[in-house]
Amino acid sequence: MFRTALRNVLAHKARLLMTVLAVMLGVAFVSGTLVFTNTLSGALQKSSAKGFDQVDVAVTAEVQDDVGDRIVKTPELTQALLEQSAKVPGAASAIGVVNGFTAIADKDGKLVGGGFQSQGGNYWGAKDARYPLTTGHAPSGADEVVIDSRTAERAGYKVGDTVRISVDGPVLTPKITGIFTTDDGNVAAGGSLALFDTATAQTLFGKTGTYDEIDVRAAAGTSQSALKSALDSALPKDRVETETGKQLADDQAEMIAASMSGMKQGLLVFAGIALFVGTFIIANTFTMLVAQRTKELALMRAVGASRRQVTRSVLIEAFVVGTVAGVTGLIAGVGIGAGLRSLLGTLGATVPDGPLVVSGGTVAAALVVGVVITMLAAWLPGRRAAKIPPVAAMSSVHATASTKSLVLRNTLGALFSAAGVAVVLAATTMSGSDGQAPMGLGAVLLIIGVFILTPLLSRPLIGAAAPVLRIFGVSGKLARQNSVRNPRRTAATASALMIGLTLITGMTVMAGSLQKSIDKMASSAIRADYVVSMANGNELSADIDEKLKATDGVTATSPMRNAPGRIDGTTEYLTGVTGSTIGALTDLEVEAGSFEVGGGQVVVDDATAESHGWKAGSSFTVNYEDGKKQQLTVSGVYEGNELIEGILLDNAALTPHLAEPADMRVMVKTSGGTSDATKDRLEKALGANPAIKVQSKQDLSDEVAKMFTLMLNMLYGLLAMAVIVAVLGVINTLAMSVFERSQEIGMLRAIGLDRRSVKQMVRLESLVISLFGGVLGIGLGVFFGWAAGELLGTSMPTYELVVPWARMAVFLLLAAGVGILAALWPARRASRLNMLAAIKSE
Amino acid sequence: MTTSPLAERTTAVAARATDLSKIYGQGETQVVALDRVSVDFRQAEFTAIMGPSGSGKSTLMHCVAGLDSFSSGSVRIGDTELGALKDKQLTKLRRDKIGFIFQAFNLLPTLTAIENITLPMDIAGRKPDKEWLEKVIRMVGLADRLSHRPSQLSGGQQQRVAVARALASRPDIIFGDEPTGNLDSRSGAEVLGFLRNSVRELGQTVVMVTHDPVAAAYADRVIFLADGRIVDEVYGPTADSVLDRMKQFDAKGRTS
Repeated sequence: MFRTALRNVLAHKARLLMTVLAVMLGVAFVSGTLVFTNTLSGALQKSSAKGFDQVDVAVTAEVQDDVGDRIVKTPELTQALLEQSAKVPGAASAIGVVNGFTAIADKDGKLVGGGFQSQGGNYWGAKDARYPLTTGHAPSGADEVVIDSRTAERAGYKVGDTVRISVDGPVLTPKITGIFTTDDGNVAAGGSLALFDTATAQTLFGKTGTYDEIDVRAAAGTSQSALKSALDSALPKDRVETETGKQLADDQAEMIAASMSGMKQGLLVFAGIALFVGTFIIANTFTMLVAQRTKELALMRAVGASRRQVTRSVLIEAFVVGTVAGVTGLIAGVGIGAGLRSLLGTLGATVPDGPLVVSGGTVAAALVVGVVITMLAAWLPGRRAAKIPPVAAMSSVHATASTKSLVLRNTLGALFSAAGVAVVLAATTMSGSDGQAPMGLGAVLLIIGVFILTPLLSRPLIGAAAPVLRIFGVSGKLARQNSVRNPRRTAATASALMIGLTLITGMTVMAGSLQKSIDKMASSAIRADYVVSMANGNELSADIDEKLKATDGVTATSPMRNAPGRIDGTTEYLTGVTGSTIGALTDLEVEAGSFEVGGGQVVVDDATAESHGWKAGSSFTVNYEDGKKQQLTVSGVYEGNELIEGILLDNAALTPHLAEPADMRVMVKTSGGTSDATKDRLEKALGANPAIKVQSKQDLSDEVAKMFTLMLNMLYGLLAMAVIVAVLGVINTLAMSVFERSQEIGMLRAIGLDRRSVKQMVRLESLVISLFGGVLGIGLGVFFGWAAGELLGTSMPTYELVVPWARMAVFLLLAAGVGILAALWPARRASRLNMLAAIKSE
Repeated sequence: MTTSPLAERTTAVAARATDLSKIYGQGETQVVALDRVSVDFRQAEFTAIMGPSGSGKSTLMHCVAGLDSFSSGSVRIGDTELGALKDKQLTKLRRDKIGFIFQAFNLLPTLTAIENITLPMDIAGRKPDKEWLEKVIRMVGLADRLSHRPSQLSGGQQQRVAVARALASRPDIIFGDEPTGNLDSRSGAEVLGFLRNSVRELGQTVVMVTHDPVAAAYADRVIFLADGRIVDEVYGPTADSVLDRMKQFDAKGRTS
């Protein structure tokens, strides 16, 4: 039996190649994902473990909660604490660490690396063990800096160059005195690191005389935990926390694993989709292999093979196919994993170096997925094969498609679909996060329902295409009839495409709508011409506002100054604005009262007003961070958004209470409106600072759009998998149809249908099936996009449904393209069919 | 009147093969399927081609009907020389000038009886001649089954649809490849009756390959093939006379 099965595998090479490809793609994706994430997290973990080499125990400040009316400040790690730590028994030395945002500009004045990864710190003493210098010497004084070797290489800096650097606004131009190497995870991931001497770093980061962390090294013979307990007993417990280097490394490793698992799961979902779609194709292929071999199998039954033996022969065949696909998929997957890494590299993200990790788990997963999926998919056809009666060996024609009634199937499908639609609709009426789970459930139910119903839907939907097909004469007519001839097969083929397009369309609709609404949120409430902010979202120094105000052509500015305050026993973030200009710079919807900011008059957004039970005219007491109190009155309630929310009060009232005023952003109105020249002037006024972004409303919109486009493109790339698998499916189905109908095609050729028309007939059939899948998928996708939007809309006032019709048209064309592409080979085969062999009865 | 020279018949020729040869393979493995066969199929004549398996009877029909290529010689359908035609032109010729009836009926299961009958005209994009179509349908007795699909028809009925399909486009010549091979004797007799009637009443030309002496007896003339050559010819055959001839060949085959 095994030999027969093996012979069969080899007998239908082309068809099996397609099946193997379908399984292989899925396996490749799964194993590629595993290899990539394992490699990446392995490399990151290694580099992070190295990063803690120089730390035996880290001392950090204990974060404290605000109490009563008081804002409680985090205690400072003072010089005294540092000295105390160094003197603890068992401590060899102690280093004070200072961190902060430091943007480095390249020679063209552009920011090196992404804004979020631009780090700065202190170089401890004359020789800092954490950062071995490859050239030059340690920085000393405000005019000297050392930078990491990767950044130096990227920007082309050498020792002795002057570099433009910015910490919180003003541009500094220190000289590079040294270049160091580091295992810092952030640098490994593509960030930059600039180090000053400790005093300079403390001044620049606004931490004069204090540290962010004290790293203590143990003396020879003292363990990390012994040092930790020594430190714990020596230092004030209520102010500091201690952790061993090993603990820190473990924590970080865990964090990396956790952050990786999100990405891993995301990628695996797509792999799952590809495999799911692939399952249909495998099932289809085996169904067709069984159908083709009806006579042969019946003969085997007639000469004494048992049902079980027949089923087993089909399953053995599936096993062989699955194993081959699993192995080749794994190899391809390793390639994908390596490829992804270098792709990320070329996209600008620096990926830490490390060996490619192909774990035993990955190998096992690839093989299990390949073999199990294939065998599962082949199981039903295998059972069908076993049911072939021995007498079928005597009959002359191929087994006709199962004509079993579709009643049960349709009823089940209708039930699923109805339940799915009902649950989705019910979910849209729920609010925000409550609706997510029901929405997902409904979506799955509906997709299953529609999938079950596709055979039923195929007739009317394909029937609707009849007028168009009539243009093509006989080929069109035959194509239409052929495509509804075996509804189950058509359905399985179209479903593969449907699922891919449902996801693609749903994502597109959702992303488009979200983009529009976030765009609206970000820009519609702003009347300012420009918004100035820090590249990394950090705070700007307060003198930026002053500088902007003094710039030519600037008519109004207002900073948005954030400061905590205690109100009614909770901490609220207050936003200080320039009361006199804020009205001209924003365009906020006022829901109640009037928009008056000045003196004790404040405006609050709807959410804050609701949580405190305030109305226009209410008043409340705020406790500032310096401990002073003030009575404030709500003059109006406005509709908050992403950019502007919370309590807006006049800076004249707020700033005196702040030790270090800093602004999230500054809004600017100019006499000339937005123009390149104005933007240029503003940037110049700020010293052409690499760390500061000057953005017009259009820039803000573009930024949002860019983010969404990037995200969508990544999704499209991943979903392309499903489409490729769908193409294989259509090819398979057509090849099977052509094979089964070879007698018919031969007859048609004999009575005068020319080759071109035969080709056209197959192509049209393929087109019809693909478009059928496409229309179903796009329809479902739009519905899901709409439903998800309804859900989002409850928490996003500006949400509006955007159906990108042009994109939908592109997707439909894509489906048509799939059809035409898939038909190339089967159509050619059909037209080259040997007429005589075909019409000769068997 | 068992044999008569070809020259005695004067009617126009619907199809003619001259020195037609068909050779498969080369050198040692060479197989001669047709060996310089010359034959005329006259208009309004019903010809049966007979011969043992491997005699080349099907190959002869396929070559004359433009379904298969030949190695040398010439085939004409009406005034058209087939040897010079490309696939496209051959296809058009089959569509417009030739009708086919196959052993396995070969109807399209997705089309109704009437759609199957008019299929060749549909392919050509021509409107069927209504009067003629009705006449054909009446003759084969399918008037009440036109909207049935092949799966709803018996074998005999299906072959009647196939006969109607062959006749409907008024081809110059109809070729049948064992048209009764898959039918019981009663249905077979019916179909052969229609074919004969189409020759007698409608002036159709029919060439049929068969191995059944009873079927051959319906023809006006029977050609016997053996080893790729025409070995005999009978006019006005009866089942017995055909059977006799066949027995002779068998005996010859055994003694030689």
